[in-house]
Amino acid sequence: MYTYSDFDRAFLAERNAQFRAQVERRIDGSLTEDEFKPLRLMNGLYLQLHAYMLRVAIPYGTLNGAQMRQLGHLAETWDKGYGHFTTRQNIQYNWPQLRDVPDMLDALGEVGLHAIQTSGNTIRNVTADHFAGAAADEIADPRPVAELIRQWSTDHPEFQFLGRKFKIAVTGSEHDRAVTRAHDIGLRMVRRDGEEGYEVIVGGGLGRTPMIGKVIREFLPKADLLPYLEAILSVYNLIGRRDNKYKARIKIMVHEHGIDAIREMVEDAFPERRAAFDGFDQELLAKIEAQFAPPALRSAPVDAYDAAYESDPVFRSWADTNLTPHKAEGYAIVSISMKAHGKTPGDATAEQMRVMAGIAERYGHDELRISHEQNVILPHVHKSDLPAIHAELVAAGLGTANIGLASDIIACPGMDYCALATARSIPIAQEIATRFEELKLEHDVGPLKIKISGCINACGHHHVGHIGILGLDRAGVENYQITLGGDGTEDAAIGERAGPGFSADEIVPAVERLVGAYLENREDREETFLQAYRRLGLEPFKAALYPEARAHAA
Amino acid sequence: MPRAFTPKVVTANALLEGDVIYQTADNRWTRELNEAEILREEEVAAKRLTLAEQQAGSVVGAYLADVKIGATGPEPAHFREAFRATGPSNYAHGKQVGEQPGPR
Repeated sequence: MYTYSDFDRAFLAERNAQFRAQVERRIDGSLTEDEFKPLRLMNGLYLQLHAYMLRVAIPYGTLNGAQMRQLGHLAETWDKGYGHFTTRQNIQYNWPQLRDVPDMLDALGEVGLHAIQTSGNTIRNVTADHFAGAAADEIADPRPVAELIRQWSTDHPEFQFLGRKFKIAVTGSEHDRAVTRAHDIGLRMVRRDGEEGYEVIVGGGLGRTPMIGKVIREFLPKADLLPYLEAILSVYNLIGRRDNKYKARIKIMVHEHGIDAIREMVEDAFPERRAAFDGFDQELLAKIEAQFAPPALRSAPVDAYDAAYESDPVFRSWADTNLTPHKAEGYAIVSISMKAHGKTPGDATAEQMRVMAGIAERYGHDELRISHEQNVILPHVHKSDLPAIHAELVAAGLGTANIGLASDIIACPGMDYCALATARSIPIAQEIATRFEELKLEHDVGPLKIKISGCINACGHHHVGHIGILGLDRAGVENYQITLGGDGTEDAAIGERAGPGFSADEIVPAVERLVGAYLENREDREETFLQAYRRLGLEPFKAALYPEARAHAA
Repeated sequence: MPRAFTPKVVTANALLEGDVIYQTADNRWTRELNEAEILREEEVAAKRLTLAEQQAGSVVGAYLADVKIGATGPEPAHFREAFRATGPSNYAHGKQVGEQPGPR
């Protein structure tokens, strides 16, 4: 893992001292709210529906036990005892008071965490595959380059006042777990003829105008990355629209000018940018890469795992859903579900954070990850330790066996917290999960991604949910629109709108009918919901959603 | 024909705590919607909002919110204001249990 240098620590301490002074000047009246707002946003501080909200970056989703412990300490000391993991590998605190925020930032600084550029029209927290460094299908670990991008983009003077926010995601695997095609820039690490490089994707995004990103460069040599990113951002900074907030993202620029014209402009801007880089960035990257050396894994028997798997059905069920193959023999990647049935997706209490930190320290090479699907990952666990880990997780209310299933729902905070929301998301997620638990159906249904957003900004990624749910305000009443067939992986697709929306009371039965239609129509257990949808199209699902329409037509 | 003016209250967030607040008839800020001053005339409402906006040292983001007239005072006309007046629906936090932002 990356450890802060003296420079990093000094930079962060100075930045936090600046923000402390800005808060004081706001309170004593020297700064107006209009002056203060961009400053607080640059430091991750929002004013939401009921209170301030502090969004803390977990760069590329990686943290160690001490950092997770400190996140718990913040939750307990300055918030109401919990934190909310988000779809961009951040954690949000929903209840801080303004005077406490500088202390919270200092406490984060103690463990090498910050809230810089988690908001505002800048390059946001860089996200990456949450299985980085562990996945069996990985070409290279995306975290060193994500760290390089974090350092390069932090306080980069040219990119502090972009037309709109700018999100970058990196994956090092064939299988895209970082939703790179729905980011302003998506980077896929590739190898060509033995040479390392990147496939560069640009102009993806969800929100009110969902777009799948387009390939701007099929193969970018490794050393050209930062100048090429600068070239893209310089073109965006120059011709991206600033006249209309809703057309200001780079996806609109790419859409309006076309990828070929944008590629030409970027390639024109590139040589000058390239010339300005003297190789220092690659020296830095090499040093960062050395810090991400794989942990010293052991070779040991897995009898304890096999015995528990054979004898304990609860453990077996959890192992079947929550484990992913590790690249090393005898090891597994553990996904800890933050989606206990009926609970708020992505929330963890301070005590749960401490439990996860302890497990990581004792069994997991002191590493944890936060996934964009709002779960916590232990990337390197020897299988013989799994029965003990499972027992600890169960005791802490963290043993839910539902990764990738119907109740593993992504949900944004929605109108329970968010000032932009048009409807609630959390209670819908809670009700769907509770219902599937009552039906005892989700293991039979198999892989199913339900994603819920409480407004068109789509923080809940509903466009790429197999079942997407969008909460809207229709004449003063919450209303939920369903989209079907979305996919956030390497086969990225935007879901198709199924038809008229449903009330808060109707939406859970509607989802149940959709799943019923899938079970009725699937070829066999092997055919997933998404595969069945792709084979059959919208019609059978629409018929299940709107039985009365079919009755009228008959 | 212009739409008839509907009853409103002045609401904002407190600068220090971030909590939802409402303007009262005697120029205080209350944390309870039912203590808020009901504004029935457009011109009066505009003046009261201006007064709120001039208190930038203690309040943030003042605006006029629609209300219904209930038995004990103003009640939210829209579900967004109902959440602001009570708190989130996933936890018993905030106004519904008499709590302010910050630790419990």
